[in-house]
Amino acid sequence: MMQAMAIPPFEEFYVAYRDEVLRALRRKLDRERAEDAFQETFLRALRAYGRLRHGDHLRAWVLTIAANVAIDTLRRSGRSEPTAEPPEQPHEDGLPAYQELSELTDRLPPKERAAVVLRYGYDLGYDEIAAALGSSPDAARQAASAGVRRLRTGRER
Amino acid sequence: MNVSMDLDRRFREAAVRAGLLDAGYDVVESPVGPLLVAASDRGLLQISYDPAPEHSLERIVRIAGPRVLRAPAAIAETRRELDEYFSGRRREFDLTLDLRGTTPFTELVLSELALVPYGRTSTYAELAARSGRPKAARAVGMIMNRNPIPIVLPCHRIVGSSGSLVGYGGGIEVKEQLLRLEGALL
Repeated sequence: MMQAMAIPPFEEFYVAYRDEVLRALRRKLDRERAEDAFQETFLRALRAYGRLRHGDHLRAWVLTIAANVAIDTLRRSGRSEPTAEPPEQPHEDGLPAYQELSELTDRLPPKERAAVVLRYGYDLGYDEIAAALGSSPDAARQAASAGVRRLRTGRER
Repeated sequence: MNVSMDLDRRFREAAVRAGLLDAGYDVVESPVGPLLVAASDRGLLQISYDPAPEHSLERIVRIAGPRVLRAPAAIAETRRELDEYFSGRRREFDLTLDLRGTTPFTELVLSELALVPYGRTSTYAELAARSGRPKAARAVGMIMNRNPIPIVLPCHRIVGSSGSLVGYGGGIEVKEQLLRLEGALL
């Protein structure tokens, strides 16, 4: 069993991923909204950061937060529902942990998909998932179990 | 596409405004060199003569928590008072201190240290005596050496019994410079 990574100071985490997060947001949003979403993404990350239990998968975690902030932004502006996209590029240290899950969960609604991927792909707690989804830990738990139920019964949305 | 300086600054300000940081820090330029200054919501946590964050952040994280961000707004009051001190317009600091991470004896010694007035010096032995442990001059010397908040907690005012400057965390020249600024040395 590999030892879990220590949680770096938020400064290091922020500096490491800020450009990538902004790029991811700009692919989905215009400049002004991407900048608002950027702030919201890192504020959500900051809210949950003190409760993280380990420093593994921080990149996937923050990109998932960004993807969900982008979804919320688009939804507020009345666009049609986009698909939730967990981070696409493989991490330097190998294949993304969610890859198999990602294919399996392709057809779940965005929140459920994100909750399932973060829970079972990244082994994150519901506190952390809640921050990523901008919801409560209870809602995160419900989204994950609804997603799993939907996968079990093979129903699509 | 990289994050612009403006967006970066706005996020850092928003993080302070939202009260989400365990501690914020910034580098303050001073006549004795750049200082890394860190504050939590409880007060001033650290002043370091070594401005490289990677050398200070570990202690700050250990004491305050991992939500540590470079954020000028978090240390604005300390920066203002340090500027005033270095320009000779301030003789006492009016700052709340966060002394988490120090032992009770260290905290006692530091609180006695805080009473040594501007422009005056005291000795390690005197400070030990006032802290109730007259034989602990050496231990007091160690505590001065590891003072987490130099300048504000004026360990530069503590000298040897012979009047020699002895030593200083920021270098003996800095100690001399501070005492000269305060008029304690000619």
